[in-house]
Amino acid sequence: MSNIPKDLQYTQSHEWIRRLGDGQVEIGITDHAQGSLGDLVFVEVPDVGRRVKAGESCAVVESVKAASDVYSPVNGKVTASNTELASRPELLNQDPYGAGWLMRVELDAAAAAAPFLSAGDYANTLAEAAG
Amino acid sequence: MADLQLREPVIFDLSKPGRHAGSQFPPRVPGTAPGRIPAHLRRATPPPLPAVSELQAVRHYTRLSQMNFSIDTHFYPLGSCTMKYNPKACNTYAMLPEFLARHPLAPEPQGFMACMYELQEMLKAITGMQGVSLTPMAGAQGEFAGVAMIRAYHRARKDLARNQIIVPQAAHGTNPATAAMCGCEVKEIPCDANGDVDIEALRAAVGPNTAGIMLTNPSTLGVFEHKITQVAKIVHDVGGLLYYDGANLNAILGKVRPGDMGFDVIHMNLHKTFSTPHGGGGPGSGAVGVGARLAPFLPIPIVGKDGAQYRWLSERDLPQSIGRLSGFMGNAGVNLRAYIYMRMLGREGMVRVAEFAALNANYLMKRLQAAGYEAAYPTRRASHEFIITLRREYKLYQVTAMDVAKRLLDYGFHAPTTYFPLLVPECLLIEPTETETKEDLDRFCEAMIAIRQEMEREPGKLSSAPHTMPVRRLDDVRAAKQLDLAWVPAA
Amino acid sequence: MAFIPHTPDDVARMLETIGVQSIEALFDEIPAALKITALDAVPPALSEMEVGRLLMERAARDGRPLNFIGAGAYEHHIPAPVWAIATRGEFYSAYTPYQAEASQGTLQLIYEYQSMMCGLTGMEVSNASLYDGASALAEACLMAVRANRASSSRRVLMPRAVNPTYAKVAAAIAGNQDIGFEPVDYDREQGRTLLDALQAYSGQDFTALVLQQPNFFGNLEEVGALSDWAHANKILVIAVVNPTSLALLAPPGRWGADIVCGEGQPLGIPLSSGGPYFGFMATRMQYVRQMPGRIVGRTLDVEGRPGFSLTLQAREQHIRRSKATSNICTNQGLMVTAATIYLSLLGAEGLERVAAASMQRTDDLVTALTRVKGVRAAFSAPRFHEAVLLLDRPVAPVLAALAHRGIVGGLDLGGSFPELGPALLVCATETKLDTDIGAYAAALSEVMTQSRAGAAA
Repeated sequence: MSNIPKDLQYTQSHEWIRRLGDGQVEIGITDHAQGSLGDLVFVEVPDVGRRVKAGESCAVVESVKAASDVYSPVNGKVTASNTELASRPELLNQDPYGAGWLMRVELDAAAAAAPFLSAGDYANTLAEAAG
Repeated sequence: MADLQLREPVIFDLSKPGRHAGSQFPPRVPGTAPGRIPAHLRRATPPPLPAVSELQAVRHYTRLSQMNFSIDTHFYPLGSCTMKYNPKACNTYAMLPEFLARHPLAPEPQGFMACMYELQEMLKAITGMQGVSLTPMAGAQGEFAGVAMIRAYHRARKDLARNQIIVPQAAHGTNPATAAMCGCEVKEIPCDANGDVDIEALRAAVGPNTAGIMLTNPSTLGVFEHKITQVAKIVHDVGGLLYYDGANLNAILGKVRPGDMGFDVIHMNLHKTFSTPHGGGGPGSGAVGVGARLAPFLPIPIVGKDGAQYRWLSERDLPQSIGRLSGFMGNAGVNLRAYIYMRMLGREGMVRVAEFAALNANYLMKRLQAAGYEAAYPTRRASHEFIITLRREYKLYQVTAMDVAKRLLDYGFHAPTTYFPLLVPECLLIEPTETETKEDLDRFCEAMIAIRQEMEREPGKLSSAPHTMPVRRLDDVRAAKQLDLAWVPAA
Repeated sequence: MAFIPHTPDDVARMLETIGVQSIEALFDEIPAALKITALDAVPPALSEMEVGRLLMERAARDGRPLNFIGAGAYEHHIPAPVWAIATRGEFYSAYTPYQAEASQGTLQLIYEYQSMMCGLTGMEVSNASLYDGASALAEACLMAVRANRASSSRRVLMPRAVNPTYAKVAAAIAGNQDIGFEPVDYDREQGRTLLDALQAYSGQDFTALVLQQPNFFGNLEEVGALSDWAHANKILVIAVVNPTSLALLAPPGRWGADIVCGEGQPLGIPLSSGGPYFGFMATRMQYVRQMPGRIVGRTLDVEGRPGFSLTLQAREQHIRRSKATSNICTNQGLMVTAATIYLSLLGAEGLERVAAASMQRTDDLVTALTRVKGVRAAFSAPRFHEAVLLLDRPVAPVLAALAHRGIVGGLDLGGSFPELGPALLVCATETKLDTDIGAYAAALSEVMTQSRAGAAA
């Protein structure tokens, strides 16, 4: 059973979004995602100032058995990225919703209402996939 | 734990300044030429290479070799790798001094070229193709050549929209990697419950952008694609071409020919089907065969014959070639070993390869099923290999395929391939090959039966395996996080 | 039956266990229309004795002429232990070391190889090999495009003094990913790439500059100055180097290379008509995740014992699939085994002796051959162990006449460098004795005297 905090929103590709107010969001990957990857050995976060588009790969997480792209759920500009993960990728495994955050993004003004999943919907998609 | 050392130190730790293998030094040549290297281009300090005696070097590398499992020492049922016996004669005759001494740019050596020409002809006959190039240096390069030829064919016909390559989800990782390397988009399609390509998904996936499809037959799931003729028609009807990944050729040698199945281009792994040595990771050889449509695009050089004289065909002879993939003509010595092997098998022997590979694989599958193991496709015949899934054992005992693989090492067997294909959970892909005796297969079954009992009674023995190797289970995570990729001299 | 051990009794018992009447039944899933029954175009089986005779006859037909070609493949003495050990079954018939605990021999050897290549090239990390020098250059260009974030042009500067076949291979392999190559001419008098020629591109967007040292003509490039220019223009430097020369020449890590590649054949690998050889690649740690090919790392086992395993596999095809750094899977493991043993036997001192002797022998060869009327040296730059000679008549007939006398005289450069006129690339390594050089000079003198200068033979 993976941890799925109720106060966050989610995507089908296992990213979470935390609204910070002021048109800013914080993004990471879920407990389920970090569990299936296994012990992370490397995390590549985007440069501050980079523009990202929804659906575009913006980060990479790598374990010994897999390397996965992280897809930006939003359009915007990266205002901060978690450089701590470069030396301590295990933070993401230990605390995927806290210390393991990946980046913060300032949303584009004209950002459409995004079709994110609630915690409950995300939990359902996991249950369905498990079959 | 300070007292745990490498069984054999790295050679740098055996070195001592001033020590050398003196008889290997060439005689000194009087003259001033080396002194004329301009100072700013000259090396300031010698490179940190070993300094050992000849005996030290011989003993060190001999002792390292003794830590390896190999076909010569162990049954090695690695699925998809075809670990059959590598005949010593292939090495002995490929290493005749005249063959070894020949510079690739010297006038064409007619003896060697005769072997290469005949190899091309035999490969055409076996695969049912019209043209062959021996130049790709491994299966992956063969795949590259194949996809590049498909692209070149469409471009030559001004069909520029075709940039999609369809790849089954179960495909070997080199397939999508190759398609990407060729600048193509990859479109993955699923297989059905029987392990065949999902025909409806295929129909939905093809269209005017389809350059081609990459298929392995028998597939990576160890089963023959029943509907191959239908697949070929669907792809050809939209104007796409069929690429055959020949990694599993051992299963159909002498029984079926890819050219007859409708494939336009194939690569062969000579280091699998034709028994050239795996060498700890190569060298291989990925010869490609093509139908008439793609013949103008073959990678060069190719052996040609003018009357009785053999020569290399190059850019002038094949102006539409996709070009050269190697500095010279590919892995010549590997191709020569394959040639020697094929001459020793002959037509009778070649037909028997698939028969006995299939016999051994089906026998092993039946015995393992009888022992309680679950085959991934229990209603299908094994081709030359088959998949066992440990998903039930994982649920019951938390034993993984990796645990069983590691425990098999303690029983004196190299593990089968694990976790490939990715589709099947906790899987072992097992390929015994035709050169193994029934007794060795039986001993492997006995080990698997014993391991099954351990699963129930002492699963800890499996999760902590291996116990009897030079090292216990290694920490992969540490290897990737704390990168130690080279010995460096103390500052 | 060649290599198949089954007795009729074995077959009967096995068929019974499987539950079929015949082996043919195991192929019942193959559509009948596709089945073939015989391979008549393949000749009948030969015994080992017969195949041995055949191969020995063919080898005898090829013979062993005296070789003076280099051009990317070099004849060096190969110490006897190299292949005696490399062909041990435990190395020869082992697979790629995916099951690390059962492959510590191969893995430790590769780690030692990686270490030696880092030491030779002055770089921080090496991979476990690529197919050959030419394809390694192609991979280096692809890697530079991934690694150079300051450039988006995907264009590579390729001096003409770089091995022309390497340039062709790079285009054939990297061209499919929209990578463009810009040729840079060489100075006709010196036979190398001048800074002026590069400065014409100052301020333009290029991803990488390829520098071959020594270059294809055997001449030494001013690599420091050229490399500095590249970095000032945010261009990555790809060095293509000869490993033997690194015993004497400054390592590329010192003069500014970002990626190093080249052909490892001179390190204990026989010429054998062009392969199998191996490509090496090394780089700075900051680019390690962009580097293709396998990498071995040292780690600990669960009891804290040191050991070796493949690492950073997430970059490779079997995990990353379409986003892999390369599609490479099988590489050239056995050749790396041989090269590692070779370097251990020679050490720094032995390798320097080989390099120095080869330089001197080529110098002696040039001296001897240029004494023949109608032969002169082409270039003035300092050189390693190859040289370009200009003839006063077409090269091909001269080479044919030499071949007739059992001498492979050199490589005719007319195909790739027609602007030089009749030009020949010659090489003499430590394997050439005074008598060999004397024999070549005498034969050349005879050939040149017999045919008149300027006339086609």
